[in-house]
Amino acid sequence: MLFGTDGAGDDLLVRRARVLDPVGCVDAVLDVRVDGGTITMLGERLGANGHRVLDGEGLVLAPAFVDPHVHLRTPGREDEEDLASGTKAAAAGGYCAILAMPNTEPVVDSAAVLGALVERARAEAEVPVGFFAAITKGQEGGELTEMVELAEAGAAGFTDDGRPVVAPGIMRRALQYNAVAGRRIALHCEEPTLSRGGQVHEGAVSAELGFGGYPSIAESLMVSRDLQIAGYEGQQIHLLHLSAKESVEAFRAARERGVRATAEVTPHHLCLTDDAVRTLDPNVKMNPPLRAEEDRRALVEALCDGTISAIATDHAPHARHEKEAPFEAAPFGVTGLETAFAALYTMLVEPGLVPLEVLLERLSDGPARLFGLEPPRIAIGAAANLVLLDLGAVWRVDEAGFRSKSANSWLLDETLRGRVRATVAAGRLAFAA
Amino acid sequence: MARVTPFIRDELLPPRRPPRRHLLSIADLARGDVERLLALSRQFARSLDRDVKKLPALRGRTVVNLFYEASTRTSSSFELAAKRLSADVMSIKSVGSSVDKGESLKDTALTLAAYDPDVIVVRHPEIGAPNLVAQHTAAHIVNAGDGQHQHPTQALLDLYTIEEELGGVAGIRVAIVGDVLHSRVARSNIQAFLLMGAHVTLVGPPTLIPRGIERMGCEVAHDIGAIAAADVVYVLRMQRERMREGESYVPSLREYSARWGVTAARLRPGQKVMHPGPMNRGVEIDAAAADAADALIERQVRSGLVVRMAVLYDLLTYDPAEVHVATRQEVA
Repeated sequence: MLFGTDGAGDDLLVRRARVLDPVGCVDAVLDVRVDGGTITMLGERLGANGHRVLDGEGLVLAPAFVDPHVHLRTPGREDEEDLASGTKAAAAGGYCAILAMPNTEPVVDSAAVLGALVERARAEAEVPVGFFAAITKGQEGGELTEMVELAEAGAAGFTDDGRPVVAPGIMRRALQYNAVAGRRIALHCEEPTLSRGGQVHEGAVSAELGFGGYPSIAESLMVSRDLQIAGYEGQQIHLLHLSAKESVEAFRAARERGVRATAEVTPHHLCLTDDAVRTLDPNVKMNPPLRAEEDRRALVEALCDGTISAIATDHAPHARHEKEAPFEAAPFGVTGLETAFAALYTMLVEPGLVPLEVLLERLSDGPARLFGLEPPRIAIGAAANLVLLDLGAVWRVDEAGFRSKSANSWLLDETLRGRVRATVAAGRLAFAA
Repeated sequence: MARVTPFIRDELLPPRRPPRRHLLSIADLARGDVERLLALSRQFARSLDRDVKKLPALRGRTVVNLFYEASTRTSSSFELAAKRLSADVMSIKSVGSSVDKGESLKDTALTLAAYDPDVIVVRHPEIGAPNLVAQHTAAHIVNAGDGQHQHPTQALLDLYTIEEELGGVAGIRVAIVGDVLHSRVARSNIQAFLLMGAHVTLVGPPTLIPRGIERMGCEVAHDIGAIAAADVVYVLRMQRERMREGESYVPSLREYSARWGVTAARLRPGQKVMHPGPMNRGVEIDAAAADAADALIERQVRSGLVVRMAVLYDLLTYDPAEVHVATRQEVA
């Protein structure tokens, strides 16, 4: 289900880092030895044995991150991102695995397109990549894709992300059929007649600035609907990029009723509100939009108590000339792989809103579990999926520093604290700075 | 007064000026800025009474009008304002320009920047377009209307008109009637009227009043009867070109007219009527109300000229730093 370049695992020694694996209950200053890509020893004063040594003094070594929601723009918009640049960006952000969305040109709606992507990943991916396939052909919301064949060809899950599945009847049919496909369905919840023309959250800011409004109910209405259908069909669903407090409430209530569902939230929805769009900067234009402070607080709360179990960047690269346009003309989406940890550390952990352990878990264990991936662990015998973090580093987000081909980041020119120093993905050192 | 000094070596020039100013939104103005602009407008109004109406103040300066949307009032007003101040004027409409060939706003701005204009006046259907032009040129930018967002010079000329007619704006009750949702004039005016101490009520169908707009400090009413308490009734056009198809903001223009049309019968003697133009007679306003003696609509257009002269002059000559120096000297 994850595909990447072949190769022997690395031999590494990470020296004297604070090894912090919240789920594995490890928090101690230790040396970690990796032989052929597998963690073989945890202890003090381990011998290097000719291995490459990573100095972890003063740094934190945690299980590497997993991003279940990334747009790699391949095939079709390789000018914005391709598998090589996207996985390089992922590695720089501390990610050992990412899942790519199928809203490409052409859409990943057949085993043929999926197969071609798998081949490219085997040739180019610096970090293992999984690929979602579409729920409906062309993501048009009309006919189901050949879900069983796609699952067998290696699809990580199914989603029409970028668009909602509009017709309840089709949504039901997809969930019903998915029982034999056996992969999780991830849903972009948006009622299109309510969101139509909406550029930013419908609220005091849109009223004042004159932007078309995209109300919270456009999302929560579909969230409620999809949860009900999932409950009726007894199928598990995953809710993508939740943004509204009403969605969180509906989600909690459904889970209490016994509906099996999971949800994710993006770094930008955890850190920003619709006040950010007062700058009229298209780099804060996303779908779903940034909402009000009460929505942000509800999302942070749900993240803390585990209702929302995963952070997903929804990394959405866009060509510079498309974002260098008036707000209303610019496409929706911002990049996020390379800044996710630092942004969340600076804006949530440092002010004491979210404990570091919780953040690390929601960036790694939570996302891995969503789609049946092996959660990264720092334990003897585990595959080495590690991220070395410098919590004291202070750095400015600079366009020139991105490994992604695109620079449409909501953090341009911001100063952040916390930086990835090294990433080991599937046993190989994918990034070191 | 800022002067162009092309032949002096860099090290002999005075220390760096503060970043260049623009007029992008009423939200960026303080009360003092508005008062200064209105005072300037009154000065320029006096010049209109002379036989030779031209003033040399902006001689040698270049003003570019960049209009991506239809306009009669605003474009002619800015063009004449610049010419009356002896500036060189270039008017570019998007239709018939390389915009027809798909040239982006950024590239258009860069092209104009090559001519080193002093001011670019921008009207565009999208919010933030003037801000984008400001990013890519060194000119002072005036927002002549960006999508549904702001039309600051309209608000200034409306304030000026009310001041001239009623002696002041503070304490005046204004009712803004109609399609507030799609109206940049409404947004600029709400801010401008409130800034200068007026009381603002928005009147219209619930589908055309933005949700949460009360946070700006105004009141909302859905019954046309609410205009009875107003000193000034400000009528907005139904912005049909900004309404998305099939959205059903109002069931029909007939119902809109019947319920919210400003007719002479709905007005009481002494109430002033204003409209930013262009009017759809018979829809939001009837002919009798539009042509009545208490209608200030023509006066608004005349105000537009002197207010825009004031805006151009102020952008190119006012230096906040100089004001501080002058004050210090007075104190000493």
